Amino acid sequence: MIACRKMFTDTLLELARQDRDIIAVTTDARGSVTLGDFAGELPAQFVECGIAEQDAVGISAGLAHSGKKVFCCGPACFYVARALEQVKVDLAYSRNPVTILGVSGGVAYGALGTTHHSLHDIAVLRCFPGMNVVLPSDARYTRRLVQFLTNFGQPCYVRVGRAAVPDVYENDDFDFEPGKANMLLDGSDLTIIATGETVYHAYQAGLRLQQQGVKARVLDSSWIKPFDCEAVLKAAAETGRIITVEEHSQFGGLGALVTETLSEHPVPVRILGIPDEDVIHGTNTEIFHHYGIDTDGIFKSALEFIKS
Amino acid sequence: MAEKNRRRLVEIVYRAKAGHIGGDLSCLNVLTALYFNVMKGINADDPKNPERDRFVLSKGHCVEALYVTLEAKGFLNSDTLDTLGQFGSVLSGHPTIDVPGIEVNSGALGHGLSIGVGMALAAKMDGKDYRTFVLMGDGEQGEGSIYEAAMAAHQYGLDNLIAMIDRNHLQISGDTEHVMALDSIGERWSAFGWDVVSMNGDSMHDIVQTFSNMEYTNGKPHLIISETTKGKGVSFMEGLAKWHHGVLNAEQYETAEKEISDRIKKMEEEV
Repeated sequence: MIACRKMFTDTLLELARQDRDIIAVTTDARGSVTLGDFAGELPAQFVECGIAEQDAVGISAGLAHSGKKVFCCGPACFYVARALEQVKVDLAYSRNPVTILGVSGGVAYGALGTTHHSLHDIAVLRCFPGMNVVLPSDARYTRRLVQFLTNFGQPCYVRVGRAAVPDVYENDDFDFEPGKANMLLDGSDLTIIATGETVYHAYQAGLRLQQQGVKARVLDSSWIKPFDCEAVLKAAAETGRIITVEEHSQFGGLGALVTETLSEHPVPVRILGIPDEDVIHGTNTEIFHHYGIDTDGIFKSALEFIKS
Repeated sequence: MAEKNRRRLVEIVYRAKAGHIGGDLSCLNVLTALYFNVMKGINADDPKNPERDRFVLSKGHCVEALYVTLEAKGFLNSDTLDTLGQFGSVLSGHPTIDVPGIEVNSGALGHGLSIGVGMALAAKMDGKDYRTFVLMGDGEQGEGSIYEAAMAAHQYGLDNLIAMIDRNHLQISGDTEHVMALDSIGERWSAFGWDVVSMNGDSMHDIVQTFSNMEYTNGKPHLIISETTKGKGVSFMEGLAKWHHGVLNAEQYETAEKEISDRIKKMEEEV
């Protein structure tokens, strides 16, 4: 088990040793991003902006405009709120190929509270033409993503959590296709679609359901934009009902994407996520449990949904 | 050249029935000087020349002044510029990279300096000599993100970065000193560690002198306070906030056009 942020920065350092144009930008967050090794080893490719997210995004845009492969890294909550206009104008609208690495996203900061949560990032960023959005499901997927992004040439937002996450993929033999969902389990009774760290829980719930005789299909939708509409339409046609799971507001996120996709071919959809309320204080594990987006919660919801 | 650009500017804003003509007119001299005298490597046949000096119009609402300058420099043809204000035109009311010669999309105030810092930093990283010029408004100085960029430019010793404030003393609601006072603006930027100079931005001679006297290798980022007159060059607009984005009627257009044409004629006779 390794945290996605650590896998991200380890992979980035490995690639940056061979490519002087790879630049890491941060906002007094080298510790929380795990960029300490990068800063120590490649100081000429590391840009510290101090606690100034708006400036960091603008500087990243200027560097990318000049041919640098820029990874602008810090807590997700600040890049998708305070610096949102810079993300919209200087990255998305200007098509500057900067990757924003938002760490400790969702409710990863747990009891630090709403100031540090980012439960609206999918909802806002998917409305920016030109922006790509990915919430990688585990460390191996994150590694492939970083390798892809260094030569992607488009703006992209990547949200990862804070703690180590269990493996969804046990080895490197899995498909990595930008904009495509991966089918982790096939089934015909219902489909569970998840993104980010909830993918592991969806997968575990799917396995448990199958043990109970419920043929659950599970999709890893790490890619939010572009989004794999085809996999959703196919799942709806073949399984007849869908549960979505996300560490995000129930408004405007993965659930919304799925229901929008199915608006002309509707099937029942249950959206598991964070309701429209101030998030309860607790660890991220406790919060996941409270809102039913962990393995137990998804399993129970699926059984109820099947019976309803 | 600046007067010809000014005449064309008044024409396109009149035809489009939209634009920020007051601030366009106050910064037009500086834009003309930058594109025709100061900046290096600016060539319409090679707009992406890696060695070119970079320009960012942070006060993006004054894009009409940039359009006429780019037209005069050969980046934009007159047919394209004449589409300003028409449905589906490639020309927006703020700069976009869809127009050859424009480096970044801008128009949300307070963004340009950070982008300029990134460009200047990239030049330092790559050991390149190009310089980055960023033009801000004086009203724009209210945006806090500018001061984040000011700190970073000093931190990285970006003496290849030249920021300019078009100090026309007026913003949309009136006198800058009444909206949010800027009286000590030079001292503020000096305190941030910048090399600060003032010039008369209404005088082409003073503009050219200021840029040529600048010491580009002193380890400090540069700020030029360009003292200007909003609406410069059209007598009935000068110094009036209502011309921030005022639209000319036919009679006003004729008056403005004649006034500028008379000056051009006089200058040509003198030559």
